Amino acid sequence: MNTLLNQSFSAATAGVSLLNDALRLQGIPAQAVDWTPPLGGKDLHDVMADSRRSAANELALAKMLSSGALLVDVKPASEALNLGRGEFLHAGPPIEWARASGPMRGALIAAMLFEKMAGSAHEAEQILEKNGVALEPCHHRGAVGPMAGVVTPSMWMFELLDPSTGNKSWCSLNEGLGKVLRYGAYSPEVIERLDWMRDVLGPLLQLGVRAREEHIDVRAIISQMIQMGDEGHNRNRAGTLMFLRDLLPFMIEGGSSTDVARAARFVGGNDHFFLNLVMPACKLQTRAAENIPGSSIVTVMARNGTDFGIQTSGTGDEWFIGPAQTPHGLYLGNYTAEDANPDIGDSAITETAGIGGFSMAAAPAIVRFIGGSVPDALATTRRMYEICEGENPTFGIPVLEFRGAPTGIDVTRVLRTGILPQINTGMAGKIAGTGQVGAGLVTPPMEAFTAAIAGLARRVI
Amino acid sequence: MKRIEIRPGFYRDSVSLMQVSQRAGVGVDGALVAMATPLNRELAEQMGFTLPTTSANDLIIAIDAPNEESLTRAFAVVEEVLEEQLRKSREQASDSGVAAARTLGRTHGASVALISVPGEFAFIDAVDALENNMNVMIFSDNVTVEDEILLKEMAKNRDLLVMGPDCGTAIIGGVGLGFANVVSPGKVGIIAASGTGAQHLTTLLDHAGVGVSHCIGLGGRDLSSAVAGRSAKQALDLLAADVHTELIVFVSKPAAPEVAHALQEIANRMEKRVIFGLLGSTGSDITQTAEKVLDALGVTTRPWKEEVETASVVSGSLRGLFAGGTLCDEAMIIASKRTQSPIYSNIPLQEEWLLDPFEAAASHTFIDFGDDAMTVGRAHPMIDSKLRIERLAKEIADPTCGVILLDVVLGHGATATPGEELAATISTSTKPIYISLIGTTLDPQNFDRQKALLTKAGASVFMSNAYATHAALDALGVLR
Repeated sequence: MNTLLNQSFSAATAGVSLLNDALRLQGIPAQAVDWTPPLGGKDLHDVMADSRRSAANELALAKMLSSGALLVDVKPASEALNLGRGEFLHAGPPIEWARASGPMRGALIAAMLFEKMAGSAHEAEQILEKNGVALEPCHHRGAVGPMAGVVTPSMWMFELLDPSTGNKSWCSLNEGLGKVLRYGAYSPEVIERLDWMRDVLGPLLQLGVRAREEHIDVRAIISQMIQMGDEGHNRNRAGTLMFLRDLLPFMIEGGSSTDVARAARFVGGNDHFFLNLVMPACKLQTRAAENIPGSSIVTVMARNGTDFGIQTSGTGDEWFIGPAQTPHGLYLGNYTAEDANPDIGDSAITETAGIGGFSMAAAPAIVRFIGGSVPDALATTRRMYEICEGENPTFGIPVLEFRGAPTGIDVTRVLRTGILPQINTGMAGKIAGTGQVGAGLVTPPMEAFTAAIAGLARRVI
Repeated sequence: MKRIEIRPGFYRDSVSLMQVSQRAGVGVDGALVAMATPLNRELAEQMGFTLPTTSANDLIIAIDAPNEESLTRAFAVVEEVLEEQLRKSREQASDSGVAAARTLGRTHGASVALISVPGEFAFIDAVDALENNMNVMIFSDNVTVEDEILLKEMAKNRDLLVMGPDCGTAIIGGVGLGFANVVSPGKVGIIAASGTGAQHLTTLLDHAGVGVSHCIGLGGRDLSSAVAGRSAKQALDLLAADVHTELIVFVSKPAAPEVAHALQEIANRMEKRVIFGLLGSTGSDITQTAEKVLDALGVTTRPWKEEVETASVVSGSLRGLFAGGTLCDEAMIIASKRTQSPIYSNIPLQEEWLLDPFEAAASHTFIDFGDDAMTVGRAHPMIDSKLRIERLAKEIADPTCGVILLDVVLGHGATATPGEELAATISTSTKPIYISLIGTTLDPQNFDRQKALLTKAGASVFMSNAYATHAALDALGVLR
């Protein structure tokens, strides 16, 4: 029986502040909601009225929380993803050469040179202009790629398994910072590094991973790194070192000392190496929540440098698109805001899974690097709870008394509050070939969410 | 000289902005600080402003002042009051040390969610509150009947109660929600499909020394055929099980016959006595309902009977200007019965008596300023009396108007200074003005003080709306 008449009374109010004042004058605890008019019009109304939504979202969260991520293998994309010659994957929603941004074009040129499908950048451009290569989003194959996210058949991929669903996800090996393919650079040093990664690093990692008796539990490492000052998107230092700790003995046992030394130096010297394991782990988490009819939880946020696309659990693999925004933050060397390309990469999968920008409070050491302050970081994480279905106790944020990371972005809550997901990101130069120019903060365009609510409303039974 | 400023994406509720407009309006020719809704845009245009393209989430600050100095001063006042409101809300939020929740679903442990957002959005917040296990009171109007039914079905499945939409009043365990009077605790449980009806019944009982256990609001449409008393049935169950309640009273505008019948059936099976106070040609007025309750409890005092008025008869017709919809209805029913003439209104008793409330009166005319159509983009007349006072001045000047009838409703939520706001205009009247003053001595505005203010301004003041209406008709020489 409803206990309304015999419990101690307390209220929450939304709307006219006078009615909240009247309760306070009577000495009644009355929480006032900081309300703003929602976006999304009739579509939002219809989705709120969908009787499936509440339970569907709870289920989506539960599936995300019970997902796992084990590193089961390392192998070339041709084997892992059945990627054939002339097929490239890229970050974000689908895009063709004509609409591709500078860094996406640069990365595709680098890919052509790496795969020896062109002898020069010029020749590569000519082939790409004629759509001589089949392009497809990484997400369409269950994979993820940072920044330009370009994957070619010869690139080696981490292969992760979610034992709760049997799903697999893949991500290429991280090349380090500066002039690298994923930021759109295609100079000889870029290609030489990719060659070494193909010939030495990939096989060595495979050897180490296969030699271990137990699979490396990537999710467990993420859980620990969150408590060590990493947020899993722009800071992966602790995660990288723990990964190296777990793998290095097995690499030493099987590889040549020169190769292992170089590999260890490369991995240990690249704070972002583990990002490429965090990302597929996050993809497995959000993928576990895919295809639940009526659920308004976001399962993908991804950018191709031109468009920002999202997918939701209740709308399958349909993309909802808006223009990618340009991040605000700090710039390397002499670069300025003028040099930055709009937002790019599948790495926003980390925020989709509740870490990265959503867990900024866990990483005070990097908030200045992206142009923020520690109080900003705390406020950001607290704000993200407002748009999420729940919290992930596996990713406890120490400074918030180990409160779980805000998890399961709900399209209805984004539209109701006007709060957009906060993404930490690297910035690529907008001219092809430049590489990284800085790092900062960015949000998706609201259009992606209004489009998503329309997509959900169309599916209301 | 005129100056307009648009602040994109700056939201504040309409009542707060009205307070800003009022304070900025001192010493200038016009001040409008409001969200850029179509209605407010129109108001700004009427004031002679040219507006750029805006969205409903933008704030308009439009000031018309005699000179640069007063214009600058008015803008400074706007800034100051907006800042002051922000400070206040921050202080309230910091009670708990963190920023206020952005949706009802993210608040913690509330037993009731009180929703007063613009009606088109109220459904969304109500769903959120129900999904998070809160009972809901929807103060907002302009919610569709389909949405009301959906919400009430959802609530029933979760064993929760939805009061409203358009529920102005509730008292739960002595706590007043929305517009509610401060009444003593007691054993009468009230179920009300009418906010001002509930306020009137509770205050009459209070005047007679009888207290209230709870007053559960239903919203004005709950007893319609479509909604079919969904909340009323739950309310009956709740009060039947409540240890503090000995006697249950329904107060409502006319109910759909089959709904009234179904409720009567349920009541007949209950151990506790249920008194039905349903207005209508065959029903009883609120004062009569209060008297039935007092009879049932063996209480003999009837303080409203002592307020008798003997006035000389004037010519002209009756003009009723009401803040409370049920009070307006009740007065119209009495006037219609006694005059046997049409009573024109924006909420007419018969369709052919419909009148545009912004047009001049025709014969006996009653306007409900709290009607949905009159509160779009504007605060309720119990909070903002401006529109009603403008109309009062017009009626005073209208030679065809003989007698004026008003209600003044006190209590939580209502303006702090109702008497002060009306007194100046009332005192200019050569016509008799009758007022039903709905309130108690414990209300923040104080019944006795308000009665003294209004009486001093020249009005005849009654605690019973029915008695005030009868007195006004007596003054027109209408036979009893």
